Amino acid sequence: MSDVTRADVCAAAIADAFQDDGEIFASPMGMLPMLGVRLAKLTSNPDLVISDGESLFLAGVPPLFARADVVEGWIPFRNVFDVVAHGKRHVMMGATQVDRHGNQNISAIGDWKQPKRQLLGSRGAPGNTVNNRTSYWVSRHSPRVFVERVDIVSGVGPRLAKEAGPAAARFNDIHRVVSNLAVFDVEGAGDTLRLLSVHPGVTVDEVRAATGFELDVPADVPTTRAPTTEELILIREVLDPKGLRFKEVPDVD
Amino acid sequence: MTKGPRDKRMTIDEVVGELTDGMTIGIGGWGPRRKPMALVRAILRSDLKDLTIVSWGGADVGLLARAGKIRRLVFAFVSLDSVPLEPNFQKARQEGTIPEVVELDEGMFQTGLRAAAQRLPFLPMRAGLGSDVLVNQPWIRTITSPYAGPDDQHEELVAVPALHLDVALVHLNRADQHGNATYLGPDPYFDDLFCMAADRAYLSVEQVVDTAGLTVDTPVQRLLLSRMMVSGVVETPNGAHFTTCTPDYERDERFQRAYAAAASGSDEEWAAFSTRFLQGDEAAYQAAVRAFGEES
Repeated sequence: MSDVTRADVCAAAIADAFQDDGEIFASPMGMLPMLGVRLAKLTSNPDLVISDGESLFLAGVPPLFARADVVEGWIPFRNVFDVVAHGKRHVMMGATQVDRHGNQNISAIGDWKQPKRQLLGSRGAPGNTVNNRTSYWVSRHSPRVFVERVDIVSGVGPRLAKEAGPAAARFNDIHRVVSNLAVFDVEGAGDTLRLLSVHPGVTVDEVRAATGFELDVPADVPTTRAPTTEELILIREVLDPKGLRFKEVPDVD
Repeated sequence: MTKGPRDKRMTIDEVVGELTDGMTIGIGGWGPRRKPMALVRAILRSDLKDLTIVSWGGADVGLLARAGKIRRLVFAFVSLDSVPLEPNFQKARQEGTIPEVVELDEGMFQTGLRAAAQRLPFLPMRAGLGSDVLVNQPWIRTITSPYAGPDDQHEELVAVPALHLDVALVHLNRADQHGNATYLGPDPYFDDLFCMAADRAYLSVEQVVDTAGLTVDTPVQRLLLSRMMVSGVVETPNGAHFTTCTPDYERDERFQRAYAAAASGSDEEWAAFSTRFLQGDEAAYQAAVRAFGEES
């Protein structure tokens, strides 16, 4: 199938982040993560448990922002916290900043006491990152997002978790960072961000230039896989026929 | 003649009359969902000041911050969802007009309320370890487990301090005059916990019905609050506006956009919004909202 867009590549890369998770609660924050998780459930990992983002576990896999059809469970916020502590969850959050050591900030930019720009607040990021698998999605990769050190640590990367002691490190599991340019993990030297693949049409130098710190770049960096024909049909005709994904990742070229 | 339990019905103004300067007030609901907005609006109109507000925040926090009512804010996030960043809260933080803020992880918040509800000084938790929650709130301490865990380690956990409240304000769908109350929407949020963490809890509802009416067409599991948790009941139809009160009504997105635009606009734009909607009593507010709705 021709005309594979960057958004399609990102959706498949996000789906891949959830393929080995088994029967756990996949918790996507934002549109592309939601698309990627639903794609994974329809392809590589049908055991995933997904929700409507509100309070229902969905038995089916509805299109983005469609109403639930069959419900298989109840997940009000109080139960979300129980699942976080229990650990059977993989959350993919957004990140206003991600740093070299895989720390994430969604709290505020600048000085915490009187920030230059107040954001959401740290939400569940501190708890997520020391309890369950956590990944991040960045729709606009830039040196302003990928910074040497986040202004405020909301989500805890592996280095800080180790420094905080065994209780913090025990379940700390920063799995993937997926951006509109590339895919990373945090297995680089000294628990740092490591480049796993660059999306089709993106060079390693472009990723380096768009990143505000020194990336761990292996000698051989593969290209992120293209979605399969089956995946493209699912994305285009089932999950996102309206093309909402292009609002988050505009088509390139 | 046998006596029944007390009738706890009150007016909005009587509830606000029970509040005093400097109190710690917990506000139920979640972000832009099922907030006791009629009670919040009444606080805006009052002379109350120097409040400590404990909230998974939405426009409740934004409005109270804009009105300068908050001396100390305990929060994990403040968001309107469809408008991700709450403009009045952002402005207050960026201008430094809230003298003290306590930023917790959102699960720590539940743990803190649980500790208060169980009359414990703290409860242990993993959340917070390694994050700036412990850097920016250095008074939140850790505690070493007295029990050996896996690998014979004694884990060092966060001792989440109890979030004790002087007063809780919550909004549900139905209650009887004694304070037994049901939520009819998708999520109870943490309103029972807020009530139990507080010395006194005031409940606003869409409708007061007789006790039998609470379960006549509704499963008993939807009875979230028992009257022993509740000090006062106020009937405030549309009282959660412009937040959700599913299934009675959903969020008023158009109104929320107007609120957010005014809040992020000039002082004059905010003054115009405030004059139109926030200066009068609850009946005046609801009339202004109806007029706004008819404009569309």
